[in-house]
Amino acid sequence: MLNLFEVIETNNMIEHEKLDVRTITMGISLLDCCDPDLTALNEKIYQKIVTRAKDLVATGDAIARDFGVPIVNKRISVTPIALVGGCACKCPEDFVTIAQTLDRAAREVGVNFIGGYSALVSKGMTEAEENLIRSIPQALACTERVCSSVNVGSTKTGLNMDAVRLMGDMVLETAKATKDADSLGCAKLVVFCNAPDDNPFMAGAFHGVTEADAIINVGVSGPGVVKVALEKARGENFEVLCETIKRTAFKITRVGQLVAQEASKRLGVPFGIIDLSLAPTPAVGDSVAEILEEIGLERVGAPGTTAALAMLNDQVKKGGVMASSYVGGLSGAFIPVSEDQGMIDAVSAGALTLEKLEAMTCVCSVGLDMIAIPGDTPATTIAGIIADEAAIGMINQKTTAVRVIPVIGKGVGDTVEFGGLLGYAPVMPVNSYSCETFVNRGGRIPAPIHSFKN
Amino acid sequence: MNKVIITVVGKDTVGIIAKVCTYLAEKQVNVMDISQTIVQEYFNMMMIVDMAGANASFDEIAAGLDEVGYQMGVVVKCQREEIFTKMHRI
Repeated sequence: MLNLFEVIETNNMIEHEKLDVRTITMGISLLDCCDPDLTALNEKIYQKIVTRAKDLVATGDAIARDFGVPIVNKRISVTPIALVGGCACKCPEDFVTIAQTLDRAAREVGVNFIGGYSALVSKGMTEAEENLIRSIPQALACTERVCSSVNVGSTKTGLNMDAVRLMGDMVLETAKATKDADSLGCAKLVVFCNAPDDNPFMAGAFHGVTEADAIINVGVSGPGVVKVALEKARGENFEVLCETIKRTAFKITRVGQLVAQEASKRLGVPFGIIDLSLAPTPAVGDSVAEILEEIGLERVGAPGTTAALAMLNDQVKKGGVMASSYVGGLSGAFIPVSEDQGMIDAVSAGALTLEKLEAMTCVCSVGLDMIAIPGDTPATTIAGIIADEAAIGMINQKTTAVRVIPVIGKGVGDTVEFGGLLGYAPVMPVNSYSCETFVNRGGRIPAPIHSFKN
Repeated sequence: MNKVIITVVGKDTVGIIAKVCTYLAEKQVNVMDISQTIVQEYFNMMMIVDMAGANASFDEIAAGLDEVGYQMGVVVKCQREEIFTKMHRI
């Protein structure tokens, strides 16, 4: 039988340590909506989403009430739109109408984000995929809830450098198209290498073609819980430290597993995966950086940061894997700058640089995330940043991503406010030497060899 | 069996258990176990109850308990048991 102290521990996690379920994301396949007529296609997409997801938000809220645990976001991911819209959309403007349909459907069912305005071009681009990519700036400027992602490489295919170069332009164009809102559009645009099919987290969520018609994926959170647990392990050696993280990750993930199974049962949609991530928010005490500092760094970015993060990331996975029947998505520690107060403080203090963040992405979940850079950064430099990050993913057989925000009209020393869960960020300096000749070569970087690991 | 955990946290005062139990009796909720302790001067109580025979819905009872707690200046929470068993039992 349960005892009082276990109950108090769980409720303390929820009430004081910001334990929550970050998102229930319903993946919906739109492949059966394909139609050569654009109007018919839009109507089918709208109907499918509002039918499938009509009870998503209400169900999420009911589960939160039953278990007394907050479920922060309810979201939808759909089949990459470049595939769905391919036969109807003849130009970028045609694709924009689909973005507007997705936005309308998201508003109708009450989800705050819908992901999947995406193209998977790790080896080559079809005309439709290029049209979708070229439509991204306009699509993100004229919608509120649509998130976009582009996969430009993988370990199996190498890097599509034409797509990398194009995305450099598109990130900058998106920034310009949304410059009145501090280039907020770029916060909804992710460039991936090795993108997973079942990621529930925005802005990179899409419903891969390997998935069933509909699926429930859940992203858990809880950096605050890990931080508080580690406060009790001060002065202990790495064995104790690692055990503490594993135990805590297990407990956090079990909540996600429970919520996922319950949502799956109530909605009549199969359970996909748990994404066992430490996802920070701008709230104090909900920070991955604070965990690293609790482990023993004066500031994130100090020597030792990469090792501490590698250890944290691995222990989170080890603890979380046993807690869930299926694990997937991005699973690991997220290190977005603007969404993590400890990261923001470290950047402001001059402790954390773009280069150190890049090193950190080699050992943790995803990549350069929610980083504000000067608005006058050339598109070729952004393409270079994307290429570097994608190369890390390709060589290390992991997912990496870039979500940088070139804030038009702002430079180093300025701060940009995105609001809500997206937080705020100091604009970070970018190496000013050019990589133009490199990224303008065109073509592909071949897939890497999988032997001679050095 | 529909097990629910009710927790009461707040400043200790006379009649907390009596008031909560009276309310539960009205709703035909069966109390299976009660334990309590004082943590950092705060009264902490946990009840394991069975709502299988209840004459009101979970949401209704949760809202009612919230009101009972509010009148006594304590926080009463009502949660389905699984969140605790999942977290603390393998």
